[in-house]
Amino acid sequence: MLLIYCPYCEIERAETEFRCGGEAHIARPSDPEKTTDDDWVEFLYMRSNTKGIAAERWRHIHGCGRFFNAVRDTVSDEFLKIYKTGEAKPDLEALAREAGK
Amino acid sequence: MSQPFRTEKGGRIDRAEELTFTFDGEELHGHAGDTLASALLANGVHLVGRSFKYHRPRGILTAGSEEPNALVGVYRKDDQTPNLRATQVELYDGLKAISQNRFPSLGFDVGAVNDLLSPLFPAGFYYKTFMWPKSFWDRVYEPIIRAAAGLGKPPKNPDHDSYGNLYAHCDVLIAGSGPSGLAAALAAAETGAKVILCDEQAEFGGSLLSESSATIDGKDPAVWVAEAIARLGAMDNVTLLPRTTAFGYFAHNFVALAERVTEHLADPDPRLPRERLWQVRAKEVVIAAGAIERPMVFPENDRPGILLADAGRTYLNRYGVKVGHKVLVATACDSAWQAAFDLADHGVEVVGIIDLRESPPESLVAIAAARGIRVEAGCVITSTLGRKRIKAALLGRLMTSGQVASGGQIECDALLMSGGWTPTVSLFSQSRGKVVWDAEAGAFVPGKSVQKERSTGAANGLYGLQASLADGYAAGEGAARAATGKSATITHSRTSGGEAGSGGTLGALPHDRNASRVKAFVDYQNDVTAKDVKLAVREGMQSIEHIKRYTTTGMATDQGRLSNMNALQIASGALDKPLTDVGLTTFRQPFTPTTFGLFAGVSRGDFFDPVRKTPSHDWVVAKGGLFEDVGQWKRAWYFPENGEDMHAAVERECRTVRKSVGLFDASTLGKIEVVGPDAAEFLERMYTNPWKKLAPGRCRYGLLLNDAGFITDDGVIGRLADDRFHVTTTTGGAPSVFATMEDYLQTEWPDLDVWITSTTDQYAVAAVQGPKAREVIAPFIEGIDLSAEALPHMSVREATFCGVPCRLFRISFTGELGFEINVSRRHGKMMWDTLAGEIAKHDGVAYGTEAMHVLRAEKGYIIIGQDTDGTVTPQDAGMTWAIGKKKFDFVGKRGLERPDLKAENRKQLVGLLTKDPKIKLEEGAQVTTLENPATGTPAEGHVTSSYFSPALDRSIALAIVKNGHALEGKALYVPMPEGSIPVEVTGTVFYDKEGARLDV
Repeated sequence: MLLIYCPYCEIERAETEFRCGGEAHIARPSDPEKTTDDDWVEFLYMRSNTKGIAAERWRHIHGCGRFFNAVRDTVSDEFLKIYKTGEAKPDLEALAREAGK
Repeated sequence: MSQPFRTEKGGRIDRAEELTFTFDGEELHGHAGDTLASALLANGVHLVGRSFKYHRPRGILTAGSEEPNALVGVYRKDDQTPNLRATQVELYDGLKAISQNRFPSLGFDVGAVNDLLSPLFPAGFYYKTFMWPKSFWDRVYEPIIRAAAGLGKPPKNPDHDSYGNLYAHCDVLIAGSGPSGLAAALAAAETGAKVILCDEQAEFGGSLLSESSATIDGKDPAVWVAEAIARLGAMDNVTLLPRTTAFGYFAHNFVALAERVTEHLADPDPRLPRERLWQVRAKEVVIAAGAIERPMVFPENDRPGILLADAGRTYLNRYGVKVGHKVLVATACDSAWQAAFDLADHGVEVVGIIDLRESPPESLVAIAAARGIRVEAGCVITSTLGRKRIKAALLGRLMTSGQVASGGQIECDALLMSGGWTPTVSLFSQSRGKVVWDAEAGAFVPGKSVQKERSTGAANGLYGLQASLADGYAAGEGAARAATGKSATITHSRTSGGEAGSGGTLGALPHDRNASRVKAFVDYQNDVTAKDVKLAVREGMQSIEHIKRYTTTGMATDQGRLSNMNALQIASGALDKPLTDVGLTTFRQPFTPTTFGLFAGVSRGDFFDPVRKTPSHDWVVAKGGLFEDVGQWKRAWYFPENGEDMHAAVERECRTVRKSVGLFDASTLGKIEVVGPDAAEFLERMYTNPWKKLAPGRCRYGLLLNDAGFITDDGVIGRLADDRFHVTTTTGGAPSVFATMEDYLQTEWPDLDVWITSTTDQYAVAAVQGPKAREVIAPFIEGIDLSAEALPHMSVREATFCGVPCRLFRISFTGELGFEINVSRRHGKMMWDTLAGEIAKHDGVAYGTEAMHVLRAEKGYIIIGQDTDGTVTPQDAGMTWAIGKKKFDFVGKRGLERPDLKAENRKQLVGLLTKDPKIKLEEGAQVTTLENPATGTPAEGHVTSSYFSPALDRSIALAIVKNGHALEGKALYVPMPEGSIPVEVTGTVFYDKEGARLDV
């Protein structure tokens, strides 16, 4: 069971308090009318499904209820960075290098 | 009492305390400190079970948790627990054990005919045989195979025992208490770190408890262990957990331990749990799991009386038991020689040491010579004799040509074997670390750590007492420093003796016999032989993962701890690939078999899943109403009166609602309060419908899509004020709708000033439906005008019900005049009882979910998840009217524009009327254009809802049918086993199409 740090509650809690929300930084197109079919399908369905360093959304659903983002190594489950919603996507390659991955 | 194989003295058993136990009904005796296995051996009992597939007689092979043969059932509380390893069952007075997989008795087993028929059961037997005819699958193959193969029988009764569960946090968790584990615990504990030391055995000490030829600090190793445990036990920062298996290593250093609390006691305190699950979050983990000895793969290496050499030594030194009176030792490494010497020193006749190696160490040969033991170097065992107990072994001499020459026969009553040692890397492997090949150790050892763990001692491929202790101290100190930043110096103990030996072999040994006719077992528990592994390769299996599944080698309860390395070597030879290229299968949790009770803990019976009850629950029970489970909710289903069946009760409830009035508990509906200056804008974006122009005091049916454009939920939404909406959702959809709203609000539209709150449990809801609904509620509602003019259909007001605040909706899910009254949950029972009393005065009824379903189907109101399935769009459901066409955006709007969602021939919701009004269609039945389509013809759609309609006095159905809207008036068919049913496609509204009954 993962141990996850909630950046809003500023505390580590067991995975059972959280729910994973899938890949992070996939923004809903702001003007859907002007979005092509292919781009809409990309937004709806296409995910990178990374084996390795990935940014994903988590929600502290049984705690503060807030969504936040986390960079996790999907092979080892190690969290490399946890940050609040709205903060820029970190440089995953740099994080991987720092962690010696 | 006579225990003919008990030594005169020695061992850790309490000779003063004699215990009585039975095995297959025979009364036997042992001592406190015995395991069931050691007590059986003390009585000369080797035959303890029949093998899985061939029903071959099998004896005790090991002295540990990896035991593949000695699986027994143990009785307790009038039931038996199957498949316990006799090597782990601690003896207590009155213990009652039985052997397994034999009929009618262990000595005479009719299933043993399988052994003679073994050419019919090769590797992949299941895949080859159970293919046809199909009708034999469940009637012939499965019952026969289940009866003939397999191990113990499941217990008859529900589990009487209770199971504990606790969470623990520590700095250093140490799994295993042999020399390196104990040293690690001592070193870590000294730093002040919080330490948990667990060991699967009853006593701490591991191999030190059976070490006779070494000393630590000049003391017997067992004495050193006792002193170390006493020291650790006195420290507040140390938790000692004997009988506790670290069975699962999960992410983020989360380790699960199974503590056996009462199983070893004759008369346990009933307040104690049988087992306790420890869920430990450790900052650092030290894996000191040791190593286990490998069997040698020679023909008939499975006869009772054949044991691993170290097991023989453990039984002797730890339990005071001689495995035989005339013992032969076959080995490929040094360690087994010490077993021979120890036995000889206890007066056992050692009839020979057969070493595979051409020139075993001279020092050992000299010790053997001094004890008068015959030594045969460069030899193997080529056969063993004796059915229920080994009588003799045939010797083979390895020739330089690679051939084996017959070397005569040696009589014996026990054979100890050692193919060398395999480090126990299971926990390391579970921690997701990859093992690496250590050519010097001839074994896979832990590679780079993925989590915060370190393996030490024999688990790391390191042997010898001095080296293990030193490695353990370093591991404990290192782990504590990593966890806490603190360190301490402790005096390292000094050892004498216990040097690391050398040697070892992998794979099947050569022999001079017909290879197609001998059985040399690789995996004892699953009856997999060397030739099965070779056959799997011949039949095309290339990967070890495929070989494992095809032959079932390594799939036994020891997960291949005994068999993997030998199987790998055989596969490597057959594939002509280096061993390291064949690869090792993954070790998974649990390390040893773990009870379901441990996992379930208290989550059984009433505690398995929460039950959610509505305010009318007790009233429904008192009225004899039946319940339907809807998720965790108990909802009233129907209320039979005077012996009515369901059909009659539902028909009466439906007729009464349409004629006078009905009362329905709608408290389970999901409710979400949406509040804030941007509340209308938020709903505008979430739901398909327009909300901005909805006046306060009015309601609207809302349809919720996902961004793909498919219907996911619906419900009526009332506007209470400019900035406040009362949203209802389906009963099952409440949590997901709320989560979806939060998701969009937090991550897509954080600019919106809106708060949403789940209020499902805050309100009790009573639906009063029917022509007399207004008369029923009028006496209790104050503060508003209930007239049709003041309160038209689809209105909402705040008022009081019997003086308590309520939200009154004028809405209908039946097509009749209807009200839904929301009061605070604590007034729910008062409201229900008041209304139930009042409807009785108006010839009304309480109705359940079944009547509700019929009434809504008569009106064509859909149920999300029943009439839709996640691929239905508003157009498909005939609900384009619910879409706000002028809206800039809403969830799903863009999705609906995708070509596939606008394509021709989509499945659409329609009504179906059977030609014969008495026939009710089956929900889920396929709909076709042909009366009797050929097998394999794709269906045009399926029936989603089907009921007998009392209002129409005929059956009605809803269905999803390809291009259905264009087929209105056309004939289709619903083929059933009894014949095809002709149906006509209609609209979805069957009753009161104009909606006149709503408008009163």
